[in-house]
Amino acid sequence: MNGIHDLGGMHGFGEVERESGPPGLERWEAAVIAIDDALARTGIQTIDEFRYAIETMDPQDYLDSTYFEHWLDGDVRNLIEKGVITREELEERERWFAANPGAPDAPATPAPPFQRRKVPPEGYRREVDRQPRFAAGDPVRTRVIAPKGHTRLARYVRGKCGTVFAHHGAHVYPDSNAMGRGEDPQHLYTVRFEAAELWGDDAGPREAVFIDLWEPYLQPFEGR
Amino acid sequence: VAKYHPTVAPYVESRVRALESLLLEKRILRPGTVDRVIERYVKDTGPLVGAKAVARAWLNSDYRRLLVEDAAAALAEFGLENQDLLHVKENSAEVHNLVVCTLCSCYPWAVLGLPPVWYKSPPYRSRAVLEPRILLREMGLDIPESKEIRVWDSSAELRYMVLPEPPAGFARLSEDDLAQRITRDALIGVEQVVL
Repeated sequence: MNGIHDLGGMHGFGEVERESGPPGLERWEAAVIAIDDALARTGIQTIDEFRYAIETMDPQDYLDSTYFEHWLDGDVRNLIEKGVITREELEERERWFAANPGAPDAPATPAPPFQRRKVPPEGYRREVDRQPRFAAGDPVRTRVIAPKGHTRLARYVRGKCGTVFAHHGAHVYPDSNAMGRGEDPQHLYTVRFEAAELWGDDAGPREAVFIDLWEPYLQPFEGR
Repeated sequence: VAKYHPTVAPYVESRVRALESLLLEKRILRPGTVDRVIERYVKDTGPLVGAKAVARAWLNSDYRRLLVEDAAAALAEFGLENQDLLHVKENSAEVHNLVVCTLCSCYPWAVLGLPPVWYKSPPYRSRAVLEPRILLREMGLDIPESKEIRVWDSSAELRYMVLPEPPAGFARLSEDDLAQRITRDALIGVEQVVL
């Protein structure tokens, strides 16, 4: 989707403000990481469904909240949508913890039994019979798309010409997997784009972007 | 408070506790997992695995080749498994590498630990691909125009780490001493290692 998450090439955010020292981790943030790992491990939420849920956050909220708040928002949205928890039980328990901040745990309530999901195979790389359409060195042009659903074809590299740098075998295709349409593995490539192709006369000298793109994003390019 | 280091909304803590409690009850989350996350990312304050690997690569050219060509095999020497999707990009006199994820802040957690806040912030994600040389200069790293800048935008599950150029005089230090001096930010590509 053409969302606020797709930040590459935007102006207006100002200077990078680098904090000093190692990043801290609040307990609630560690809990969010733990919850996210558990949802992936149990097959409840794939990484692609998780990213899509974050992308559908309200754009203003997205900019006004922290990274792990994005995770929390995505997790909650998917868990409710998938029927793993209900909004009511979450809100009820949230009120209880707000009223009892130091409590080790809330009194358990009879929960509906949770149906285990089929856990997808490990990792992201998959074997496919199809031969890759491109090889390192091939000139390619990215497609122009504007799907409402999830994609990893960032806006700044749509309709652009580049060169295949490497082929990585077939990987789970996010555009399908995030939308509940299955893994549909596709060949994955790293593609090199010269800065001038992306930004025209405003590009800096001797700069190039390498980005990982799935085969359906790419078309052969025969030259200008 | 910095503009793109937002403060946390007040309801968040009780919402996370509520979610954690529900998922424990439904046996989706295992007891003790949160403590293990804290153990792994906060209490282990030794050099990053990425820094250890770079220190070894500087001192041993066979290892450097292995790290660049087969990072998974190179990192297995440090007990890190399943790094098949990690790619190490070597800086040189001709090329400077920089890592970003414009879409969502993907980061090589396994080798670099927790991502810093600035890496996940809109200013870095928006500008790293658009004007990397200007951005790096603002962050204190001057890359001359004679040098190519390669920006690696991690849009898939591949992860990238930079192998920085060694500073002058590095060879008189031990691997352990070097590892202490190799910073996370140098492995992202936004600073140089200094002794």
